[in-house]
Amino acid sequence: METVLAFVIGGLYAAGLFTMLRRNIVRLVIGLGLLGHAANLLIFTIAGLTRARPPLISESVTNPEALADPMPHALILTAIVIGFAVQAFALVLIYRVIQTVGTDDLDDMKATDR
Amino acid sequence: MNILLILPVLVPLTAAVLCMLAWNSLRVQRILNVMGATLLLVSGLLLLRSIWQNGIQAAQMNAWPAPFGITLVADLFSAMMVGITGVIGIAVAVYSLATIDRERERFGYYPLFHILLMGVCGAFLTGDLFNLYVWFEVMLMASFVLMALGGERAQMEGAIKYVTINLVASAMFLAAVGMLYGIVGTLNMADLAQKLRAAPRMDLLTTIAILFLVAFGIKAAVFPLFFWLPASYHTPPVAVSAIFAGLLTKVGVYALIRVFTLLFVQDVAYTHTLILALAGLTMITGVLGAVAQNEFRRILSFHIVSQIGYMIFGLGLFTTTALAGSIFYIVHHIIVKTNLFLVSGVVHRIGGTYELKKLGGLYSARPALSILFLIPALSLAGLPPLSGFVAKFTLVRAGLESQSYVLVATALAVGLLTLFSMTKIWAEAFWKEAPASLEVMPALSSSEPDVSYWLLILPIASLALITILIGLAAEPIYVLASRAAQQLIDPAEYIQAVLGRR
Repeated sequence: METVLAFVIGGLYAAGLFTMLRRNIVRLVIGLGLLGHAANLLIFTIAGLTRARPPLISESVTNPEALADPMPHALILTAIVIGFAVQAFALVLIYRVIQTVGTDDLDDMKATDR
Repeated sequence: MNILLILPVLVPLTAAVLCMLAWNSLRVQRILNVMGATLLLVSGLLLLRSIWQNGIQAAQMNAWPAPFGITLVADLFSAMMVGITGVIGIAVAVYSLATIDRERERFGYYPLFHILLMGVCGAFLTGDLFNLYVWFEVMLMASFVLMALGGERAQMEGAIKYVTINLVASAMFLAAVGMLYGIVGTLNMADLAQKLRAAPRMDLLTTIAILFLVAFGIKAAVFPLFFWLPASYHTPPVAVSAIFAGLLTKVGVYALIRVFTLLFVQDVAYTHTLILALAGLTMITGVLGAVAQNEFRRILSFHIVSQIGYMIFGLGLFTTTALAGSIFYIVHHIIVKTNLFLVSGVVHRIGGTYELKKLGGLYSARPALSILFLIPALSLAGLPPLSGFVAKFTLVRAGLESQSYVLVATALAVGLLTLFSMTKIWAEAFWKEAPASLEVMPALSSSEPDVSYWLLILPIASLALITILIGLAAEPIYVLASRAAQQLIDPAEYIQAVLGRR
């Protein structure tokens, strides 16, 4: 399962970066989203995949194998919420950019670089 | 639990919430803005005094014992940064009263400003790596909106670059945090420090360290990841530029110093040498960019990049003197750079432009303002007896002690070029005759400056005074910085404050 997820994560990173490198700003935001998902899946996988184990166990159980680590899920949940807010902001931002600048092409947004 | 550790986060949060509750009354918001910033400064200074007297302190949120809960820790470095945040907070809060237009005020400038301060203070105080990520996001979210608020074309173009690069850096930071957790199984920084020091040297850890270096390097605008800064920092209103220039990249530098003194010291020969090389390149590229520019705020933006190089230089040398120099440099730089941006705002108000070619004649029109520009400008270049001299002197001495002569030479040459580009601003905007094309300067034609003019001058004069004071009485700040550096080099006290006796 780890192998499969590793490829999925790699694919997501590649797709995210590729999409971000396009000139269209809508794709830019989609790419950013994909990068976030890749990072979340990475935490999920690297912290260890466990199946059907409870995160809370009674004090009498001393075997750590019986326990699923709840920490990565808490981290990912927080990251998802933050990512959601940031995505929402980015969507509003590109909408305003298209309204103000009148184009969705990143190559036409070089005025502040000069 | 020490309430002083929480106040620097709580005060701006309260100010922001109260400002939002008073959404329709700008007058109340303005009063709350200044009051909140004042209280933040007071709480920051109280925290600094308490840490100075009692040593490093930690507070466990919800009384979850470390390393399981979220820990707030203040060592001298954090406390100094929080104190300086308070200074800049109040300076820019007062300055905002006179420069932020009604439209932006009405759409939540003041609450956002305080949320930004909260994020910055939180990042300085947290003792947990994931919590640091969260504070970074709080800070970034507020800065995104402040950057875009107003919706001018240049702002939109600047914002899209700023937002993109910061989100990429955050994704990288998050991935690095996740990998570190996967290997070590904890995210509490003190616990991590202990476990990483006990762990065998692993190449994977160095890889993670480099991921952190890249993620924080983007946020701190280190070479070659700085290009977003001069493309975006000059676009928002000048009060926003000033607070960004003073604080935000320094949070990145703070995170770099924290992570590369507390956590990643297994492979110093590799990581810190890399940081040294980056420091030199950052100094050079930043100052060369500044020399090539002709717009007031863009020159200043490039100088931020070059100055970041100096701060990283001390981290790369990784000795107590060098870190003390870095900390001193950060304190000096935050004050001076914010002040320069504030002056650029006044120049814009008088001359109506940031383009140096179109400006001129400010010295004969406003001699006092010109002197107020000259103080931070010369301090930035490192002329005695101003604060920049002591900061550079400490770093250069540390460099000579560590025998990195090339970098010392670079640092001195970059100082010279800094002086050159500052004199360019001086010669173009202040000294030369006002060009004929310059339209009648609105603020100049009226002989009596109004109240809002004094609201601009007051923070500038105060910050200039602080620069002189730090330069003349460098001893106390230097002692503070070297004590902070000792705490960074030897983290035993930090670990013990967080985890208690074991």
